[in-house]
Amino acid sequence: MKLDVQQVLNWLEKTNEKIQMNKEYLTSLDRAIGDGDHGINMSRGFQEAIDKTTTTTYISVSDVLKDVAMTLISKVGGASGPLYGTAFLKMSMVVKNRELIDKKTLENALESALEGILQRGKAQLNDKTLVDVWTPVVDLLKAKEVIKGSELEEVAKNAMESTKERMAKKGRAAYLKERSIGHLDPGSVSSYYLFASLAEVLSEEE
Amino acid sequence: MKKIINDPNVVVQDMLKGLVAAYPNSLKQVPNTTVIVRKDAPITGKVGLVSGGGSGHEPAHAGYVGQGMLDAAVCGEVFTSPTPDQVYEAIKAVNGGAGVFLVIKNYTGDVMNFEMATELALADGIEVEQVIVNDDVAVEDSSFTTGRRGIAGTIFVHKIAGAKAQAGGSLQEVKAIAEKVVANVRSMGMALSPCTVPAAGKPSFELAENEMEVGMGIHGEPGTERKAIATADDIATELTQKVLDDMALNRDDEVAVMVNGLGSTPEMELYIVNGKVNEILKEKGIHIHKTFVGEYMTSLEMAGCSVTLLKLDEELKELLDAESKAPAFLS
Repeated sequence: MKLDVQQVLNWLEKTNEKIQMNKEYLTSLDRAIGDGDHGINMSRGFQEAIDKTTTTTYISVSDVLKDVAMTLISKVGGASGPLYGTAFLKMSMVVKNRELIDKKTLENALESALEGILQRGKAQLNDKTLVDVWTPVVDLLKAKEVIKGSELEEVAKNAMESTKERMAKKGRAAYLKERSIGHLDPGSVSSYYLFASLAEVLSEEE
Repeated sequence: MKKIINDPNVVVQDMLKGLVAAYPNSLKQVPNTTVIVRKDAPITGKVGLVSGGGSGHEPAHAGYVGQGMLDAAVCGEVFTSPTPDQVYEAIKAVNGGAGVFLVIKNYTGDVMNFEMATELALADGIEVEQVIVNDDVAVEDSSFTTGRRGIAGTIFVHKIAGAKAQAGGSLQEVKAIAEKVVANVRSMGMALSPCTVPAAGKPSFELAENEMEVGMGIHGEPGTERKAIATADDIATELTQKVLDDMALNRDDEVAVMVNGLGSTPEMELYIVNGKVNEILKEKGIHIHKTFVGEYMTSLEMAGCSVTLLKLDEELKELLDAESKAPAFLS
């Protein structure tokens, strides 16, 4: 597999579409166990990111990812802004000066992004945060020589759904303790949209 | 949703325009930001104090910008932490060469965004220190989780650290006194009705006509218990007791009391609550140095209140009593 600038842009646009379409849903998930702004913040940030990338000409994939990172950092706010912003910034650093992202580079980029998220958010696996989706996705990439879109989507979806049964240990949902069980983690759902979109782009290539 | 607004997407910008218009001699807005600074900022040789967070808690934090308190407030979207670039602008705007001190309420987003801004400022050679306020005893204090939230007790940090900086305290001295306040301040709140974030258009939660939620956070985060509404005396007793249970207060200790309204609770009710708080403390032989009753840290139009106690010593008392020219805290 190889992702060029156009495919990376495509990935981001698909992600944005899913976020815009599910803005209310993300917000309602956050209203249940957080502060009810995840959909609002993500839709504002990703729309701004897409506005930026669709009006800019790119030669390298790292510039695309860097612009997305900077836009998310400055436009999303809350906890999601620094977390997603850091993730894209780390990816951008890994793919620096490349025109294409191959499978190994994608693996390294997502792994570095996950490390950035862990460092910034100080969360661990199973704390009911987006780490719970990013970790199995990175593990899948590391385990497989070839990555299929359908596999990626399935792993991300199962990981997202598994957050429902966990008790939150980080973020505002942690205040609820046992009462956070039975609700999906909104950040894991938005991360699922990101990986489901990546899966679609990979499937189109297969 | 029924609100006096123009457009839910620009409520923060619209509010800041009106705020600066109200205090043209003391406040200014850093152009193209949501940062409010003292009109005379930066003050050479003085530690700059920056706080901030999501909007919707007015007068926190921009109302506390002024001589003797904050140098800048960074105003995020409603209930959403401001972004690192905005915090960084505030740090630059108040850097008078003696370093900048950040007062951060303990929320995951606030801590991350302020820390990213700190990294940017350090890269610029600006010295930055911070304190994280976590006064809400409704939340279990645990190092394995996010920990306690920062609520109305934050105002005492602004006041006392602000007075220390105004008196010429160094960055380390300001940090030490702010940490001392955090170690000695505790709060607990309750709510009767929810609030509606303008951009969301819907209330953040629901409470039945006869219900209240004890331990409710200032963004509508769930509290410790939802139960039938009680009398003011019972509510005051429960909140005060929870706060006292978490503090080492002895007979003859001195405290400052804050009974804070969350947005749509009449002062009448706040004074009723304060009457009982006062009675409880007196019964325990605890001296009340000063009492603050009013809206200091609100939650849009939420109905409810919080009770904050700050254990004082001579140093804290002197700084609490020092002059402040901040519009929302004149003393």
